[in-house]
Formats: sequence, C-alpha cells, structure tokens
Amino acid sequence: MANNPEVFQQAHVWENEGSSRIPFWAYTDEALYKKELDRLFYKGHWSYIGLEAEVPNPGDFKRTVIGERSVVMTRDMDGELNVVENVCAHRGMQFCRERHGNKKELVCPYHQWNYSLKGDLQGVPFRRGVKQDGKVNGGMPKEFKTEDHGLTKLKVATRGGVVFASFDHEVESFEDYLGPTILSYFDRLFNGRKLTILGYNRQRIPGNWKLMQENIKDPYHPGLLHTWFVTYGLWRADNKSELKMDEHFRHAAMISTRGTGGKKDDVTQGVTSFKENMEVLDKRLIDIVPEDWWNGPTAVMMTIFPSVIFQQQVNSVSTRHIQPNGYDSFDFIWTHFGFEDDTPEMTERRLIQANLFGPAGFVSADDGEVIELSQFGFEQKPSHRTLAELGGYECENTDHMVTETLIRGMYNYWRKVMEV
Amino acid sequence: MAMTTTQDNQTFLELVRLYGDYAAAVDSAQWDKWVEFFADDCEYKIQPRENYERGFPLATLALLSKNMLKDRVYGIHETLYHDPYYQRHVVGLPIIREDNDGVIVSEANYAVFRTKLSGESTVFNVGRYLDRIKRDAGELKFISRLCIYDTEMIPNSIIYPI
Repeated sequence: MANNPEVFQQAHVWENEGSSRIPFWAYTDEALYKKELDRLFYKGHWSYIGLEAEVPNPGDFKRTVIGERSVVMTRDMDGELNVVENVCAHRGMQFCRERHGNKKELVCPYHQWNYSLKGDLQGVPFRRGVKQDGKVNGGMPKEFKTEDHGLTKLKVATRGGVVFASFDHEVESFEDYLGPTILSYFDRLFNGRKLTILGYNRQRIPGNWKLMQENIKDPYHPGLLHTWFVTYGLWRADNKSELKMDEHFRHAAMISTRGTGGKKDDVTQGVTSFKENMEVLDKRLIDIVPEDWWNGPTAVMMTIFPSVIFQQQVNSVSTRHIQPNGYDSFDFIWTHFGFEDDTPEMTERRLIQANLFGPAGFVSADDGEVIELSQFGFEQKPSHRTLAELGGYECENTDHMVTETLIRGMYNYWRKVMEV
Repeated sequence: MAMTTTQDNQTFLELVRLYGDYAAAVDSAQWDKWVEFFADDCEYKIQPRENYERGFPLATLALLSKNMLKDRVYGIHETLYHDPYYQRHVVGLPIIREDNDGVIVSEANYAVFRTKLSGESTVFNVGRYLDRIKRDAGELKFISRLCIYDTEMIPNSIIYPI
C-alpha cells in the first residue's frame, strides 16, 4: 500500500514537518478554498485595489475585486479615495457593472437607492410613503435611518500612488503589514512620482491562485523554462541576487542584477532551453536602459500576499492582480505603467519590453501554461504532495537564487493562518 | 448607395483573397509564410478593445517591424513552452474604408476557435482586424494589422498570431 496510497483520502492531514512538501489537496479542496477567502482575503490582510492614476479626478471610479467580492474604488468630491463593496444595502444587487467611469453618486438601478461616493446612503424612494386620496401609503418604518444602511466600507491605504483595502478594519497598518524590508522595495518602485497608465492585459488561468504567488517566489524556473531570460542574462542562476521576506515569510522580493548572458558555462550546461546562438533580429526587444531609481538591481519581483505581484524587469514595470474565482481558476490582471517624467523614448521602450510579459509574452505566457498543467497534476491524485526542497527545508533569506525558500516561507505562514 | 466601380470590385476581391490566404497560413502553422504577408516596415498588434478605445497604448503583443515578427516566429518554434493547440479562423468580409495612393484601409471581423488535443473547440478570440495594406509589385502587403479583440479575458495565453 505504501507505494500505491489511496488517491482520495477523506481527511486532509499535512503529513510532513515544515512546509517543504505541500499536499496537492491544498490546491484542489473547495472548502479549504472558501476558508482561504475568509482568512486571507477578507480578514487580517490588505488586498490590492489599483493605482491612484486610474481614478485621477473627483467622481472617477474603478470596479475590481478582493477575493471574490466585487468592490468599487471611488475618488469622491473631496478628492479622497474610498473603497466600497459592490452590493446594494437594500436587496443585495451588485449595482455597478461598468469597469470604470465617472459618477457623482452610486445608484442601484433596481429601486434607485443612491449612495455618495463615500458609500453613505443618501436617499430611498418612497421613504415617507406615497400620498393617495388624502392618506399616506407605505413608506419605510419611522425608525429607518439612512445612516444604518450605507454600503460596506473598506479600510483604505494608499502609498506611492498604490491603493490597498481591507474589509477588516482591525487590520494592522499597511506599513506594518509589509514590514520594513519589503516596504523598502515597495518604496523603491513607488517612490512618489506620479504614475501613468499604459494599459491592461487580462487572462484567466485555470489553476489555483496560490500557484501564481509561488511562480514569483520561485527563482528556480526562470532560468530553465524561460529561454529568453537565461539567454540574455536577464535572469540566470548565477546572477547576483538576493531573496528576502517579511518576518512572517508571507511577502517576498526576488532581487537580481543582470549578468553577462550568452556564454555557455555551469548554469547553462545541460539546460536545454539555453540557446547560445539565439539572437533577436530587432534589438529593441532588449534595448535596456538603466534608470536612476533602480539603485543597482535590474529586476525586483515582489509578491505581496495574497493578492498582487509588483514587477520590475529591467524597463518594464507592472502590477499583476490575482483575482481567484474558484479553487481551480483565477483571473490575472496586468496593469502596465510608467512614470510622469518618462521621455517618449522610455515609454516606447517600456511598451516594447512589455512583449516579454503578459498572456502572450515571450516569457510569461509559459507561466500560465505550466500553472494550468500543475493543476491537472494535482487533480488526478490529491493525496500526493509537491516537493519544494531546493536549498533545504528552512525558510530563510538568501544571497542566491538556487533555492525554493520563498515557497516554503509562504506555506509556513499559510499553515499558521489556515490552521492546517 | 453609391455604385461600385469595377476597380472597387477588383480591390474587394483581392482583399477577400488576402484575408483567406492569411487565415489559411495562421491556421496551418505556417509561421514563416505569415511573416511574408507583411511589408518590411510594418506593425502587428494584438490589443484588447479596452486599451484601444480608452487610448492606452499597451498591446498584448506589439511587433513593430518585420524582424520583430520573425523574432516571434523564432519564439514559437524554439522558446515558448505551451500546451499544444489548433486554431481556426473565421474571417468576415472586408469593409474598405479608404483606397488612395496605393494604400488600402480596410477592416474585417474575425473569430478564432481553439481546440486542444482531445478537447472541445472553444471560442478563443473574437475581434476585428484594422488594416493598412499597400500594393507592392502587384501584391498586397500589410503595413499595419491591428487585431482589436473583444475577448479581453484571454483563456490563459495567446501563443500563435491571430
């Protein structure tokens, strides 16, 4: 039996010590997924909402989600940012269907309940009833108070032009949530300059949402799966690099400085994806110009648990929003941006380098593919487990990238919060 | 309705043939042939309708020269890992917006179906082509082909040209 265990075991028990062997059922169990929504997305955590540059003017709004709960970010008439849940206080309708726009108030079309952009209920039709033949028919009970029936308001944090929100008003400050190490990399990218929106890419990836966090906590694969990265030295196992986490191991930064590329040596020996003779015909694809704010590293990939990835890969910068929609699927929304002081040439460069990323990207398209196929593997025998033991069993910061420490770190945290 | 001239009809038929040949090439994985539908100085973009209509410049794929198209073909052949799939285009009839000085501005609706091995055929990408086409020694070549797609939530990834 030991060599051929039951595929579908009733009880989910994390069999091994630590967090280096992750059971397949962590990706396939519906009830566990609902618990993740409650504990990771709806309580105790901050989730990504968007960029201030998406709602620059009073009245601007953007619809997005936290976990599976639809929310609306608004800039109210005072210029303040608000995030409210997209569920009418009256009959529960998800009233906002546009993805973006400009409005003076939020109105549910069903019964015209209308809310300020801060989410306060302003008025209710027929509240005092309707006069007919000298008597007043109906109306809300006299105890009814509009103050009691606003939209669900979220706690909002903004920093460097990025907006986060939480349903949990008891959540720690955003700065404490990131911790000093991750915050310093956050501030490196979002250092106060105004951001400009270059556009969106959207893809639905049929795999568990955690796989995307893991993908960007996994410096093992880029030099192997992504020929582009290794051949041009953008991401190689021998690049000068560091892996850093917050004290809870939930967030991480993979920090790397571009190496030489193109030479055959230890890290490319036997790597079938390495193409020594590969050369792009149009050099603009790898026309990399260092920017002052980099302060050294050519790539910093940040995973902010649970909802977002911040990308700097040479001149291409983006946010990647993870929006789960079931245990086996998530939407992945890319917002590419630039900075207000970018020259037209730099904007063009960012747009051309964007060809490496996103759902058709020379590099990133394969990530979605391998996530889908990993999910297939998990579904076929949920009682099995993955192995993340490159570099050992511990969760620790490293000064190299030949390790899966960040994945172990995330599951160390996940086990605590999920009580698994 | 204006009377069409013989010349208009001729252009229309040439475009129908071009669109048919293009679809046949990208449906039969003839990527090298795909490149040859373009002029040396050309652009090819696959862009979500949202970005196009809101004036955001980002495209899902933005190839700005024939060499970039060739780089993409190299990527498809050699570097991009993906689950194998077939694609099948159904392209509508062309609408000619302009035909001046040897440059035709035209557009057409398209639908692309994707079929994975042993899987069902599903709607993969729906949109319209916005084209600028020049006559080059009797042949029509794309100066610009924009694939502006409605299917903004891409079913995982796009590997092959649309």
